[in-house]
Amino acid sequence: MHGVVKRFGQLTAVNGLDLEVRAGACYGLLGPNGAGKSTAMRILTGQAIADAGEASVLGFELPGESKLARARMGICPQESNLDVDLCVRDVLEVFARLYRVPAAERPAAVERALAVAGLHSRALDKAAKLSGGMQRRLLIGRALIHRPELVLLDEPTVGLDPQVRQELWSLIISLREQGATVLMSTHYIEEAQRLADRVAIMSAGRVVAEGTPAELIRAYAGREVLEVHGSLTEIRDLQARALADGLPTRQSGPALTYLHADEANGQLPEGARRAATLEDVFVRLTGDYVE
Amino acid sequence: MNDVNAGRIELPSLSAVWVREWIVFRYFWHTRTFGAIVEPVIMLLAFGFGFGKLVSHVDGIPYIQFVGTGVVATTVLFSATFTAMFDGLYKRRYQRVYDAMLAAPVDVSEIVTGETLFKGVRAGAYGTAPLLVAFCFGLPPEPAMLLVPFIGALTGIGFAALGMLFATLSDTFDGLSYVISGVITPLFLIAGTFFPLDRMPEWLRVLAWFNPLYHCVQLVRDCAFGLHPAADLIHIGALVLFAVIAWWVAVRRTAVRLID
Repeated sequence: MHGVVKRFGQLTAVNGLDLEVRAGACYGLLGPNGAGKSTAMRILTGQAIADAGEASVLGFELPGESKLARARMGICPQESNLDVDLCVRDVLEVFARLYRVPAAERPAAVERALAVAGLHSRALDKAAKLSGGMQRRLLIGRALIHRPELVLLDEPTVGLDPQVRQELWSLIISLREQGATVLMSTHYIEEAQRLADRVAIMSAGRVVAEGTPAELIRAYAGREVLEVHGSLTEIRDLQARALADGLPTRQSGPALTYLHADEANGQLPEGARRAATLEDVFVRLTGDYVE
Repeated sequence: MNDVNAGRIELPSLSAVWVREWIVFRYFWHTRTFGAIVEPVIMLLAFGFGFGKLVSHVDGIPYIQFVGTGVVATTVLFSATFTAMFDGLYKRRYQRVYDAMLAAPVDVSEIVTGETLFKGVRAGAYGTAPLLVAFCFGLPPEPAMLLVPFIGALTGIGFAALGMLFATLSDTFDGLSYVISGVITPLFLIAGTFFPLDRMPEWLRVLAWFNPLYHCVQLVRDCAFGLHPAADLIHIGALVLFAVIAWWVAVRRTAVRLID
């Protein structure tokens, strides 16, 4: 994607987005709600058409050749759009056909997707009866039914129990091991840090930083950070002083975090030092936009 | 993997849409069939017996047979338009299945075409029910009546497309009452189903010519009581024209609502 812009009336959801995902990578789109991640995904599936800029997927130009691209990609949307009136097996059967899985391979594809979703025992239950975690697994099984080369996962673990989230993480890792390219959006920092080999941080419809998690941490938060706890007035005073001294900080509730603490010699107040994380980077880069 | 061609309506996509419709029908055939058949049959009996007491014959045809042949079109209209309209809104707005389908190599034109054909043909099948009831009231079977399911399907395809078009006009089920009361009810009444139009004022007869349902009613009656080849070809032409226009507009409008 190069310079992609998408507006909805007054709102500009995607504003000059540049994004390049290499084959075989697991790429994380990290950003707060409303940063334009889902819109970017919809542009990739041809369900939103960019107002400006160029986009291509798997060598196919969008939106003209979108149908060819869609045959080779699978998507797990943020909100369930399952055919809830159908039983689990029928959902997969229908999508095997929609994704053009040849008739001879269809039964095996449905079985494989049931295994991915871990829903063999629920195959004849209506999708509406599944729990939230099971529905998400079914969405992923459905997205993988035609062995896509590219998998788009839009906030795959939002709202799920920790153990279901762990299961999905293993699933995503195994996808990569099988050679698929994964583009995943999330606003869970831990998810991006664990799974993605490259991360783009999005804010207000564009990429504000891009690189491996380690590169991003080094560039935007340093090796170590220093956390100072105090009352809100103390924190405000400290922040004002840090701003005057040109020290990069980020506020996180009742604490102020000094970034690049290892490079700032002697100017810092007393506090707890810890290793910098992607969260420090994320809040620094996107915090300006969040009230 | 089969070859995928951009910008074309392809059979694999249509058949996938049909299979989905068929599976859903297998789950809900009893409710859909009950609604589609019982209501027009009640209408036929109520008008046939009630009104039939006052009017024994219309154009030399016993009134109940006149209504029985006319209600075929009503059955087709209700079955095709209502299922397409409610289904379309449900799948776009509430269940969001269209969103899921469009992420696969399927275009809006293929979804609209597939669903329209399926619902239209089903409506044609349902349309034969009032005719079977009319047989019980002395309507003599004619070989030309074998054409009725085809006439019903052709009419149904147009009205299913119209239903899908209506589904794009509202984001709530309540909002659909405008088209139900404002469009469907007048279409249903000014079609010559319950009373012959040739005794109505000139303007109403002209208006009826623009009502696709009127052409369906005429064709079904001609199958039962004697064909008029020249006029019937015009009726068929009108139904084909209606189906093509309704389909084309439905595809455009649905694309506007589904693709940002």
